[in-house]
Amino acid sequence: MSATKDVLVFIEQRHGIIQSVSLELLGIGATLATKLESNLIAVVIGNQVIDLAKEVGSYGAKRVYVVDDPMLETYVNETYTKALTAVIRETNPDVALVGATALGRDLAPRVSSRLHTGLTADCTSLDIDETTNQLLMTRPAFGGNLMATIICPDHRPQMSTVRPGVMIKPEQDKTRKFDIITIDANLKPSDVNVEVLETVYETKKRIRIEDANVLVSAGRGIGSKENMKQVETLAQLLKGEVSGTRAVVDNGWLDKDRQVGQTGKTVRPDLYFALGISGAIQHISGMEESNLVIAINRNPEAPIFEVADVGIVGDVNKVLPELFKQLNHH
Amino acid sequence: MEFGFKKEHYLLRQMLQDFTEKEVAPLAAEIDELERFPIETVEKMKNVGILGIPFPKEYGGEGGDYLGYILAVEEISKACATTGVVLSGHTSLCCQPIYEFGTEEQKQKYLVPLAKGEKLGAFALTEPNAGTDASKQETIAIEDGDDYILNGSKIFITNAGYADVYIVMAMTDKSQGTRGITAFIVEGDTPGFSVGPKEKKMGIRGSSTCELIFEDVRVPKANILGKIGYGFKIAMKTLDGGRIGIAAQACGIAEGALNETVKYVKERKQFGRPLAAFQNTQFELATMATKVDAARMLLYRAAYKKDNKEPFSSEAAMAKLYASEVAMEVTNKAVQLHGGYGYSREYPVERMMRDAKITEIYEGTSEVQKMVISATLLK
Amino acid sequence: MKIVVCVKQVPDTSEVRIDQKTGTMIREGVKSIINPDDLSGLEAALSIKDQNHAEVIALSMGPMQADSAMRECLAMGVDRAILVSDRVFAGADTWATSLLLSKAIAQINPDLIICGRQAIDGDTAQVGPQIAEHLSLPSVAYVGDITLENENNLVVKRTFENGYQLIRVKTPCLLTVLSEMNSPRYMRVGGIFSAFNDGLVEVWDNSNLNLQPEELGLKGSPTKVKKSYTKGVKTAGKVFDVEPKEAAKVIIEKLKESYIL
Repeated sequence: MSATKDVLVFIEQRHGIIQSVSLELLGIGATLATKLESNLIAVVIGNQVIDLAKEVGSYGAKRVYVVDDPMLETYVNETYTKALTAVIRETNPDVALVGATALGRDLAPRVSSRLHTGLTADCTSLDIDETTNQLLMTRPAFGGNLMATIICPDHRPQMSTVRPGVMIKPEQDKTRKFDIITIDANLKPSDVNVEVLETVYETKKRIRIEDANVLVSAGRGIGSKENMKQVETLAQLLKGEVSGTRAVVDNGWLDKDRQVGQTGKTVRPDLYFALGISGAIQHISGMEESNLVIAINRNPEAPIFEVADVGIVGDVNKVLPELFKQLNHH
Repeated sequence: MEFGFKKEHYLLRQMLQDFTEKEVAPLAAEIDELERFPIETVEKMKNVGILGIPFPKEYGGEGGDYLGYILAVEEISKACATTGVVLSGHTSLCCQPIYEFGTEEQKQKYLVPLAKGEKLGAFALTEPNAGTDASKQETIAIEDGDDYILNGSKIFITNAGYADVYIVMAMTDKSQGTRGITAFIVEGDTPGFSVGPKEKKMGIRGSSTCELIFEDVRVPKANILGKIGYGFKIAMKTLDGGRIGIAAQACGIAEGALNETVKYVKERKQFGRPLAAFQNTQFELATMATKVDAARMLLYRAAYKKDNKEPFSSEAAMAKLYASEVAMEVTNKAVQLHGGYGYSREYPVERMMRDAKITEIYEGTSEVQKMVISATLLK
Repeated sequence: MKIVVCVKQVPDTSEVRIDQKTGTMIREGVKSIINPDDLSGLEAALSIKDQNHAEVIALSMGPMQADSAMRECLAMGVDRAILVSDRVFAGADTWATSLLLSKAIAQINPDLIICGRQAIDGDTAQVGPQIAEHLSLPSVAYVGDITLENENNLVVKRTFENGYQLIRVKTPCLLTVLSEMNSPRYMRVGGIFSAFNDGLVEVWDNSNLNLQPEELGLKGSPTKVKKSYTKGVKTAGKVFDVEPKEAAKVIIEKLKESYIL
């Protein structure tokens, strides 16, 4: 059976809620399908998930395949691998996309292995090569130092997991026409060798600042302990942790284990957001290897601007409320 | 390729750097500030085998060599000279003489737990009136049945109070001069044995340096190390090896200060350029690095000779003499290149400069090293 | 119990730098280390060995330079270290790598296979689950804790973005583990000396595994690298002296551009 040119998106649902990365994939999937002059299709796997299929259709999938089975109530890679593989075998898509979540990055490798096709992990950009019609899958490697574009020339589907938050979610349109097709994956109890005993949801633990991907860091310029709440808020909005300079720690505004610099910790986050930090050498030495540095400081001559990718000259306590306003709007 | 290194030494160094970075460095400033003995680090060193590196496995050791032990003192001292001296006092001054001069029974009873790190060791030679002239021992041991009874005192004893086993020199026959000195193995909980208050020191402030007091301390004859009258010879041989340990400590301090300085001059800007861009900085660093490397060559050569059973007294003395001078010089320059911050406790070079001084003094002052070296030349 | 831990020697990517003049990656002088997640896998296996009777086997695929990583495994306390190394293996993607490792594992026939979640050079997190698939074994990914329930069952903690599951899994099985699960032990000094003096790294080449040419290396890899590039020279930062409203806009744009928003 030869492959179609269709683009298939795996819709990840947890407890009946579609994960936002899956909707983002419908966005990029539609773009790829247009370039391939083919159809965007989607697959929903779970127990009693027909209603979700309707939602998926309203986001642009032309056909929504559903594998609905009580055995798919809770995610287990054995049943989900079998279900997704069954749909891919049935539909023969050219491209299959899965969100690079803790679930997707477990499921997709097993599926690709079973189908004997390639899989490219955690892509941040997808495109179609205009001459070969191959999927160009671009991803970071070597700790983000290198970007690689991967192709899968001779095996189908071309599979990729895609980083959440990178692609743009399409607009919902409830007037869209689409088909819902159910598929029986022929699941049997003997397919399963694992048993989920308990599922626990946790609010995020405080993580060590050395391990944080995003740090929102306060300096003396933040002004008062009261203003540290704004720092906390920004950290929450950016899913990061709060850190600070020695001055802030010495003032008792922050715990010692949150101190960055010579007598504190050395950090290398993806984003270091420096608020009211002038950038004394003891501080800079602890954070200068951060990937992206954004600094807000009143003094245009502050040394922090020498290591900042984006420097804002201004009062932190005026810029932050404006930033919150726009972030919330966003 | 480092002088005398085999593949295992590179891997050992990698492990030691990892250990030092995670377990030793984070405590260095605190134990200096509080003058606190790093007891938790001793436990950690025990768990990975650092307290028994050069001894065979049948004696509780790790089956390594002296060079391996030297690497441990060097790497640990890069971050914390206090922890370095705890290790060297234990290994080269207590375990080593028991290994070299002890009976099989003594090795089983004392070396096995020491090398396993279950017990900590110390060495007691220096007295208020017997420093460089160690022959003037006033601690007396008098025979009494199956025992000797020790009376007197020792000063500046590293690991005092925390050690379980002490090698103690005492005069058994004053008329014989140095040939009347005997080495005893004394357990830390022997009645009559006590430890005086901790010395207030300039550097290595976390190490425990105290007076030992012997009041009718009864030590069985079975605990005589070597033979009656061989104590001075054992002490001198032990110090020969010990000096390599102190040379390693000195090299470690110097390298630590050099590394800190290299880091600092790249970060610190004056007149719009990093300090590293100034030729004065570059030249100073070049001199520092060359001297550090020369000291390390002397160090590794001395350890190599010891491992290969060649005479090494003179080489050990040269290594210690030169490495300790380099440690002083390099830490001094490191502080200078750090400027005002170098004089502040916020940066570790301030501590390193204070720690460096002792390496020119203990286990034979620089002058003693010169005596040893020239004695070999002039014999 | 027989446990295989898959180990990869990787460049310490936290030391990799971009040459600010040429925009190329500087790889010289970058240390080779055991992948951090794999070290936690070793620790997990060795702590099972500490408490129960277990044989721990470190398995790696890589060039002969990975011998040093295998010695590290021996110095940490593994019983055997096997390096699968052959020129014909070069260029393998995760599919070909996992196939190869699965063939090696099949010969060892372990009760438990532990892989690190992902390697810091490739960051794919694929080889573990793919090995399990090639061997038709159950697998659990993102494991943060392992408890031996009895000879045939493990209870593992499978973490998600916002929580975890406790999962009972039958042996033989494969787990991919997170570096957060434990602090790997140091090599023991005596282990280091014996790793070189009495230790043996077994080297297996394709004559041991008998893979067909079309299953090997580049040829056996469904994916190919079309091109790779660095993000280029970090451009000099920009300083904006603007009103708060405009400033917030600039910040949000930058956050979007960097995928933080």
